[in-house]
Amino acid sequence: MTRTMWDSSVGKKTVMAASGLIMLGYLVVHMLGNLKIFFGSDEFNHYAHWLRTIGEPFLHYEWALWIIRVVLVAAVVAHAVSAYQLSRRDIRARPTKYVHKKPRASYATRTMRWGGIILGLFIVWHILDLTTGTVHPGGFQHGHPYQNVIDTFSTWYGNVIYIVAMLALGLHVRHGFWSAAQTLGVGSRTRDRAFKTIANVLALVLTAGFIAVPVGVMTGVVS
Amino acid sequence: MKLTLRVWRQRNADADGAMSTYEVDDISADMSFLEMLDTLNEELILKGEDPVAFDHDCREGICGACSLVINGDAHGPERTTSCQLHMRSFEDGDTIDIEPWRASAFPVVKDLVVDRSAFDRIIQAGGYVTAPTGAAPEAHATPVPKPDADFAFEHAECIGCGACVAACPNGAAMLFTSAKINHLNVLPQGAPERETRVLDMVAQMDEEGFGGCTLAGECATACPKGIPLVSITGMNKEWLRATRKAGKR
Repeated sequence: MTRTMWDSSVGKKTVMAASGLIMLGYLVVHMLGNLKIFFGSDEFNHYAHWLRTIGEPFLHYEWALWIIRVVLVAAVVAHAVSAYQLSRRDIRARPTKYVHKKPRASYATRTMRWGGIILGLFIVWHILDLTTGTVHPGGFQHGHPYQNVIDTFSTWYGNVIYIVAMLALGLHVRHGFWSAAQTLGVGSRTRDRAFKTIANVLALVLTAGFIAVPVGVMTGVVS
Repeated sequence: MKLTLRVWRQRNADADGAMSTYEVDDISADMSFLEMLDTLNEELILKGEDPVAFDHDCREGICGACSLVINGDAHGPERTTSCQLHMRSFEDGDTIDIEPWRASAFPVVKDLVVDRSAFDRIIQAGGYVTAPTGAAPEAHATPVPKPDADFAFEHAECIGCGACVAACPNGAAMLFTSAKINHLNVLPQGAPERETRVLDMVAQMDEEGFGGCTLAGECATACPKGIPLVSITGMNKEWLRATRKAGKR
């Protein structure tokens, strides 16, 4: 069954939809957690530490965090590989362009591929910046995420990279969530408006929620 | 009307093609688009040139033979077939670009004619019912709920012209395939092959080299018969259901 799933263009799109929804669910939680930065360094750092102790004493220290990381990496890889293979198929299927060109589809739809690549690169930078601290501006301190976040958003490029990526995320989610509903066969004529509305609300709330953090640092609300 | 036409000319499947420019005069607004091309061809024949090859048959919008991309739109600016498009949709002095369907699964045969036999092979893979045929059966022998009958009929309207493939940025045949699957899968007559139909037809669609759906919606906008985009959602649902059932066996 798994073999036919991956062999078919419809099945591969299902993998893309399911992995996208996993990441989307994570992003909603991640965004809500980020907003705790507006309640001071103690609350934010305490929350960040709690992420490592989830499930204790049943789970060992950091196990829950690592389980989440493994699931997310699997989702990112499945999403990217299926997107790459489906895109290759799509481009091969239409090798000759029309001479008479017309603007096609919505902006969100046309930017899915480039938007996805931007988001992939962003994830790499984001982890190197705030998880490992490899490319972090200033001295990265483990266990002090509040100060680390302020350091990142005190640089112009930190703000630019983050805000551009979050705008790309909004567009990606806007077309992606609705598309996932169609791919998984749960969309219908009567539910179409509801799915489009949920997609737009998710896109808007996620983008606004994530961008609130750099804006907070820039305006001095978070310092 | 006086018009400038830029037409894709290609001697055969292997030759390189290019846009050629022609002027046509005395075009009536009441002519169909194909009659306008007939006028051009008459002139070309009189001049001893090769007429423009294009597909056409019924010329009343029901056969699905005509297949022109006009100014970048499959079947042109109106939501109908090229044969039912009239010159009143254009202005005097317009320049009109005419190109063939573009998809690797629809290779150009000559000029504006493409080979759409990939669609036939998708139908052969499962776009039929295996019930014995013969004289038309008594209509009430197999009751069909009205909403199902309407749903089936809506999808049965597909004439297989391929405008969906031509309009799709990915050259996907999802709308065509989904129309055929939904048409038969909702009816009791199509029930025995409900699972094999969707699995085999989707597999053949992939085999022919069509692209996949990115929900751009261009197909449904171009479709002269108004097959809705949600038809693809229905096919995905049927495919997932059939895959689950096949896994249990």
